[in-house]
Amino acid sequence: MGSITLTNVQKSYGAVHVLHDINLDIRAGEFVVFVGPSGCGKSTLLRVIAGLEKITGGELAIDGKRVNEVSAADRGLAMVFQSYALYPHMSVRQNLAFGLENSGMPKAEIAERIGEAARMLEIEQYMERRPGQLSGGQRQRVAIGRAIVRRPTAFLLDEPLSNLDAELRVSTRAEIAALHDRLKSTMIYVTHDQVEAMTLANRIVVMRAGKIEQVGAPLDLYNNPANRFVAGFIGAPHMNFIEGDVVESTGGTVVIKAANGEQFTAPVPLNGVTTGERLSVGIRPQHMGLSETGRGLPAKVRLVEALGSETVIHAEALGQKLLAIVPGQRHLSAGEAITLAYDGAPIHVFGANGQRVN
Amino acid sequence: MSRVTQFIFRRRGGKGWHWTDIATWVWLIGGLIIMFGPAVWLALSSFKTPAALAEFPPSILPYVSQQATVQGYDKPLTLFNATMPDGSTRVLAEVRRVGTVAQMVDPKAPAEIIKVNINQRTPVRSVSFSTENYVQPFLHFDFFRYLWNSVFVTVTATVITLVVNSMAAFALSKYEFKGRNAAMLVILATLMVPLSVILVPLYSIISTLGLFNNLWGVILPTVATPTGVFILRQYMLTIPDELIDAARMDKASEWQIYWRIVVPLTAPALAVLAIFSVVWRWNDFLWPLIVLSRRELYTLQVGLNIYSGELNVQWHFILAMTVVTMIPVVLVFIFLQRFITTGIAGTGLK
Repeated sequence: MGSITLTNVQKSYGAVHVLHDINLDIRAGEFVVFVGPSGCGKSTLLRVIAGLEKITGGELAIDGKRVNEVSAADRGLAMVFQSYALYPHMSVRQNLAFGLENSGMPKAEIAERIGEAARMLEIEQYMERRPGQLSGGQRQRVAIGRAIVRRPTAFLLDEPLSNLDAELRVSTRAEIAALHDRLKSTMIYVTHDQVEAMTLANRIVVMRAGKIEQVGAPLDLYNNPANRFVAGFIGAPHMNFIEGDVVESTGGTVVIKAANGEQFTAPVPLNGVTTGERLSVGIRPQHMGLSETGRGLPAKVRLVEALGSETVIHAEALGQKLLAIVPGQRHLSAGEAITLAYDGAPIHVFGANGQRVN
Repeated sequence: MSRVTQFIFRRRGGKGWHWTDIATWVWLIGGLIIMFGPAVWLALSSFKTPAALAEFPPSILPYVSQQATVQGYDKPLTLFNATMPDGSTRVLAEVRRVGTVAQMVDPKAPAEIIKVNINQRTPVRSVSFSTENYVQPFLHFDFFRYLWNSVFVTVTATVITLVVNSMAAFALSKYEFKGRNAAMLVILATLMVPLSVILVPLYSIISTLGLFNNLWGVILPTVATPTGVFILRQYMLTIPDELIDAARMDKASEWQIYWRIVVPLTAPALAVLAIFSVVWRWNDFLWPLIVLSRRELYTLQVGLNIYSGELNVQWHFILAMTVVTMIPVVLVFIFLQRFITTGIAGTGLK
């Protein structure tokens, strides 16, 4: 129970196409996170699945049944909204009961389900309060509770943590993960925060401009991004890209000429790369470091972010901005000349069209 | 009490008088007089006798001239304070007035006529409330029948107004459909059309429907108010769409969304419209006057018109009944005005 299949799903508002041919198969019990920059259509996709927006093309099926024409109320899904959307004039109890009353459930069962959800979410002591009298974190729990009592086929969560402060966000994130483990229901979670995506998801769907860029397990996306966009989006801080033209390609290494004319050698086995082709080489900041030997890429420090356990160095080399993360505390100041070294971890190479080539 | 005086007498500069303190007091007192002056004058005048109402210059308080029965005169005579040529003042009763000279007598020594210039005397008056202005209409005027008609018209029209207008506002604010803005524009455009323009066609419609001389004929044409739709729509636009989406996910029907989510959250705006509607319907005069021609159907405002005859206007009764008709409107305002300032929507969000 709880599989959702999207086949060539399209959504447009008049001439504006918001979703282009979305194909996605969400398995029962899976935790899927839609991630992407704002305006990429991830929330629209969630609303389409919820039935709050009608699709203009393609087919949507829940548990194998076509639901294109089924109203939001009858799809058996529950949604947690970004603003929580609790009914301000009802108490917490009434908020939880509203959906159950509407489906004509007997009072005893409503009370039982509410009691169970309240215990699970530890909101029993403020069941008679109104949403206005609750803190942000408490409202969040009530919003999740309202979804839980429905015992839905799947949970849809639309940026549920974005209104919480940083500390609460981390703890609530863990609770949502625990909730998924306990309930074992399908959850679809929308966020623009790639950390939430990485920590929660069984599979991440990276979206851009109404299209799915890549679908995969968090570490798959991290290790093997299909294109430059996914590479830049997944991982924090984002990946360094060094752009340049291929000068020479011999077995196992290529020599690339960067924008400022400097050349460097990339140890990559490349398939079908021709001389003169423009490439961008992606290296995660974690794999850049300060050279011990003095050999490497000469760079100039622009900004230093000392985080205590590690230091983020914003540097400039080859006419581009590069980030490096080095463990421990380093005493560097802006303007200082350093030499950046690369630790030899697998690197990512993308062609002119942004697709991965290695 | 000390906190009240502290509140009233606190000044901006701390110790001295800042010019803004003076400006504030002038502004507030001026406003108080402008706003409450007419109402207070109306209320006090409603206790005046017809003679006191005709007096010029008019007084604020209801006074009656004192009269005394003097030996040798059949009718009671009006008492005056007269200033004598030697500067002393005496209380005298006026017998008659000839030109600028009044012939007066001392009530204790009625035989002697004293001539006094009319500028040298002022009437002896005392404050007196003539409550018969209120009692008489209740006894001889069908007040309770008119009151009932007015209450029926006001309550029914207000209830229908709230229901119909909030439904229209809900559709115009929360549903996307072709021609939504055009519909809103047409509704707003009817604001520009005054009643007198549509009076004749409206009359023929009501007459054809057989609602002439029927209270429903007064109620029905007034219930769809563009102002009401506009106020409610603007308020409903501030209710987040996510709430309605949430209700939809919660299996609420469109009626339940309207009745259980949108209407309770629109309560402050509904209260405002309720106040407006009550005041409008209660004070309606022209339309009920046209539709109702049988006395037992008159509303209060039309009923009051009985006192202004072609030749004789009984101001004392009109004023008294005006005060009575004002009371319900004032009460409605006092009880509902707190809703105007209370907004409960939005508290459950963010």
